[in-house]
Amino acid sequence: MSAGVVLLFLAAALRISVPYALASIGSCFSERGGVVCIALEGILLTSALGYTLGAYATGNAYAGLLAALAAGIATAWLHAEVTVRFRADQITSGLGINLLAAGLTRFGLVRVFHSSSNSPRVEGFADLPLGPLAHLPVLGSLIASPLVLLLLVLLPLSHALLFRTAFGLRLRATGERPEAGATLGLSVTRIRFAGVLLCGAFASLGGAWLASEQHSFTDGMTGGRGYIALAAMIVGKWDPLGAAAACLLFGAAEALQIVLQGSAFPSELLQALPYAVTMLVLAGFIGRAVAPKAVGVPYDPEQA
Amino acid sequence: MRAPAVQLHEITRRFGALTANDRVSCEIASGEIHALVGENGAGKSTLMHQLFGLLQPDSGEIRIDGRATRIADPAAAMALGFGMVHQHFMLVDTLTVAENVVLGREGAGAFGFFDRARAEREVAELGARYGLAVDPQARIARLSVGAQQRVEILKALARGARVLILDEPTAVLTPQEADELFVVLRALRAGGTSIVFITHKLTEVKALADRVTVMRAGRVVGSAPAEELSVEHIAEWMVGRVPAPLNERSSAAPGAPQIVCEQLDVRDDRGLPAIRGVSLSVRAGEIVGVAGVEGNGQHELLEAIAGLRPARAGRILIAGHVCTGGARAHRAAGLAHIPSDRLHRGLVPDFTLAENLMLGQQRGPRSGRGLWFGGSSMRAHALELLKAFDVRPVSPALQARRLSGGNQQKLIAARELSCAAQAILAAHPTRGVDLGAIDFLHRRLLAERDAGRAVLLISSELSELLALSDRIVVLYEGRIVHETTPAHTDERTLGLSMTGRSATGAHEALA
Repeated sequence: MSAGVVLLFLAAALRISVPYALASIGSCFSERGGVVCIALEGILLTSALGYTLGAYATGNAYAGLLAALAAGIATAWLHAEVTVRFRADQITSGLGINLLAAGLTRFGLVRVFHSSSNSPRVEGFADLPLGPLAHLPVLGSLIASPLVLLLLVLLPLSHALLFRTAFGLRLRATGERPEAGATLGLSVTRIRFAGVLLCGAFASLGGAWLASEQHSFTDGMTGGRGYIALAAMIVGKWDPLGAAAACLLFGAAEALQIVLQGSAFPSELLQALPYAVTMLVLAGFIGRAVAPKAVGVPYDPEQA
Repeated sequence: MRAPAVQLHEITRRFGALTANDRVSCEIASGEIHALVGENGAGKSTLMHQLFGLLQPDSGEIRIDGRATRIADPAAAMALGFGMVHQHFMLVDTLTVAENVVLGREGAGAFGFFDRARAEREVAELGARYGLAVDPQARIARLSVGAQQRVEILKALARGARVLILDEPTAVLTPQEADELFVVLRALRAGGTSIVFITHKLTEVKALADRVTVMRAGRVVGSAPAEELSVEHIAEWMVGRVPAPLNERSSAAPGAPQIVCEQLDVRDDRGLPAIRGVSLSVRAGEIVGVAGVEGNGQHELLEAIAGLRPARAGRILIAGHVCTGGARAHRAAGLAHIPSDRLHRGLVPDFTLAENLMLGQQRGPRSGRGLWFGGSSMRAHALELLKAFDVRPVSPALQARRLSGGNQQKLIAARELSCAAQAILAAHPTRGVDLGAIDFLHRRLLAERDAGRAVLLISSELSELLALSDRIVVLYEGRIVHETTPAHTDERTLGLSMTGRSATGAHEALA
């Protein structure tokens, strides 16, 4: 019995962490380049709707994935355009995009599906044939999911991209001291765009996961996951590996809440658990985590 | 490879109403060390930023090996063989030396990965070749300022710089680090690299430069081979002469000391001694001028007296009160302060004139009524002061940033001089303002003196010091090395003692 509960808990924790991790890894690229990506929440929403529309129109989950990427990257592009090209305040732009995404997705829901609450059922991803690996306890069913496998492949790659490639070096330099790159002939605008768009692509995978797992889009279905992913990125010290680890922590808190449901704890308090953990961990970590120095600061070559 | 000959021809560059470079012409011969000298704000950095493609000239042209060339951006400048070491280093603190040097031209290794080991090897070789010792694996944040500067030079050399522009390279260095830099620069010259060296320290010019170009107020005052110029001659070019048609003034007998420094020691931002054992006293009804080449401790002295920087040792007395509690305590004791930087320290540019006039007196009775700030009493107060100090336009609701420099300075004077402080600290009160405002401010300071106030005047304009001061002290390397009166000195003698050279009796430092 207790072993069964533990396995249930682990499986739930891992599963819940997936969208957090995807969005959180993405935000490392945006922030390392110097752009705060509060817009994560909005990107998750638009890409989830994108997935639903794509999968609904074609009946194919991979078409849904492409549509999710298109919608999410477009949302990120809007954020980049406003904050990098026009040098608007990044927090304000992000919040604006989140509000816009909430409104736009509701509008899409009503226009396409004639419902203000949810879409009809759409296809999810079929499990990949993994042979004997599929029989692993807890992990077996999880890694059979194409997006989870993609996450596992992308996680070390994203770390390498950020810390082992010339692109990563330029991105990190731009987030720390944009003038340094600019005086060496690098384009701060282009590099920051790349960071934000990469963030959009990763977060779109998260949005696609949410919609495909639920087999539908519901209004406001992201429920603040973008903000938690951003918090995880900070706890993970702007490193994809750390961010993913922090996402596991938040996933565990949420899973604990599910496992404990029906027990003596008041359910309202339990539902607040993931957010309470977020606050506690941030309060403990944020002082020690050092953000890229130029994050949140629009780069204006005239003032360099 | 020979460095190209560079010719700046009739370069003009404006920033709004200010002409930073006014038909500036200057030639940098291949393989020479060229010192570009002038006071702050003379236009040296602006000129070099145009050579490095950071700014575009409004008119005039840049000729490289005789050919007119447009330098669109730093990348174009680097392609032409220019390298620049900025006054504020352009380094990424969290990256290593090697990463900073190769940034932007990393070269792809296996599978597109960045080949860190190769970068480190290259940087080590480059450093060994030019005698610039730095550990390629060290993070920038852990390096000393001198080592960071070597990284900046390596960055330029790694990009094949044949003309190296250094913007006030010694301003941030200790004397030992500066000596090491000079060794490197001489070695580079021997290798055929041209060096443009921006500075206002004249001893360095004599020690290092082949040729000297002196700028003042956006223009070139003169250019000559360094060996043909004496330090005094350069100083005279640098400081210039401003006509000071002031009336005869009464020779009032000074009263009790109002600003007193006793054996004051003050450190600069890097924690190095900036003021060393300075004792100074300004009495009521007296203006004491402080002369000195910028960077010899004036800034730190000023901040210490204003209560903005703690004294490491010694005492400061304002109107007889020992002051230790920071700026508010100093002001409460009776100090008015006209700071050197009007837009950063003197004013809140986005606040209205009325609000700016109320700064520091916001708790006073005229700032509003009861809990409410502003209103008719603040406006009336502002109107009164704007008229009295000839600030134009007389519109209390205008943003301070909309005023001209002269009117901003008069606005600050209005606020500071209207609070009846017994001690007045005035730093560069007329820097960069029009002649009308200069005249007004000079008369105003003299009027304060005649009304029995004590004025400490810090200025880089020797003519201003000579015209206003009752006594003048000269700061050199944080010490008072000379004290005199305007009747017993002239700009030449003052300029000479500012460079630390002994004029007749210059080192008789008086308290």
